Amino acid sequence: MKFRFEVVVSLKEGLLDPQGKTIQDALPTLGWSNVSEVRVGKHIELAVESDNEAAAREQVEEMSRRFLSNPVIEDFRILTGKKANR
Amino acid sequence: MRPKVGVVTFPGSNDDRDALRAVALMGAEPIPVWHQDRTLGGVDAMILPGGFSYGDYLRTGAIARFAPAMAAIREFAEAGGPVLGICNGFQILCEAGLLAGAMIRNRGLSFICRWVHVRAEDRTGEVLEVPIKHGEGQFVASPDELVRIEEQGLVAFRYCAPDGSLDERFNPNGSTHAIAGLWNDTRNVLGLMPHPEHAVDPDLGPTGGQHVFQWLLTAVRDRVPA
Repeated sequence: MKFRFEVVVSLKEGLLDPQGKTIQDALPTLGWSNVSEVRVGKHIELAVESDNEAAAREQVEEMSRRFLSNPVIEDFRILTGKKANR
Repeated sequence: MRPKVGVVTFPGSNDDRDALRAVALMGAEPIPVWHQDRTLGGVDAMILPGGFSYGDYLRTGAIARFAPAMAAIREFAEAGGPVLGICNGFQILCEAGLLAGAMIRNRGLSFICRWVHVRAEDRTGEVLEVPIKHGEGQFVASPDELVRIEEQGLVAFRYCAPDGSLDERFNPNGSTHAIAGLWNDTRNVLGLMPHPEHAVDPDLGPTGGQHVFQWLLTAVRDRVPA
């Protein structure tokens, strides 16, 4: 079976995010002056061929830890894809 | 006999030729190494050059660290072999866990390409004029790691004013503690964001980079055979 996941990688809290800050600084010029805490991250979609979802998820966790994110600067969250095949 | 210094080329490396040329100018024998190579051809030292390996996809250096040559470089480094990572090479060494910390986008977001001054954090305190050219050179590390780095004196170079004083206005990318270059625990692996290979030829400008290559060649000479 094919299981779809989405991995969201974000800069760790406390690390200055220059991209997020630049976006945040641009928002008031468009009239939105009530926005704060803008952070920019990465969104990775993938599908894993596996017998069961738990094993697939474990694999995605491992690849997120070892490759998709850098634990020195980033955190990650794994979302289960809405379009997951049955 | 001239020491052999290998320079590895990844897809997207673009300072490999300059590094090979600098090695020759400094009196050593340059040895090109291909990213698919599983051995390093008996080199005495290794250089990971600058560039944009694998297009900087995912993160700078994140994919290069899995190249076959990296397994050989890791083995070489762990056996005490002198390894120099320049710019993208520094980023790869961080991703590979051979150096502490990581690099994020420059503080001002812009790609920076200009000459800067860095201070050698050794007894000489020598101030070198060297160029930088990077978009993601802001060095960061966890607070615990920073304490360890400073306590063990692992900072090799800091961005500084032309007179060698530390001044945040001369920290081009916002690196933590103005770190421009870093040792590993055993001081045989050195990573730096500035480009010494572009600053070795007196006909072309300042020669601050010679200091770095001299370290590499001294490390080869002083290395106790395993």
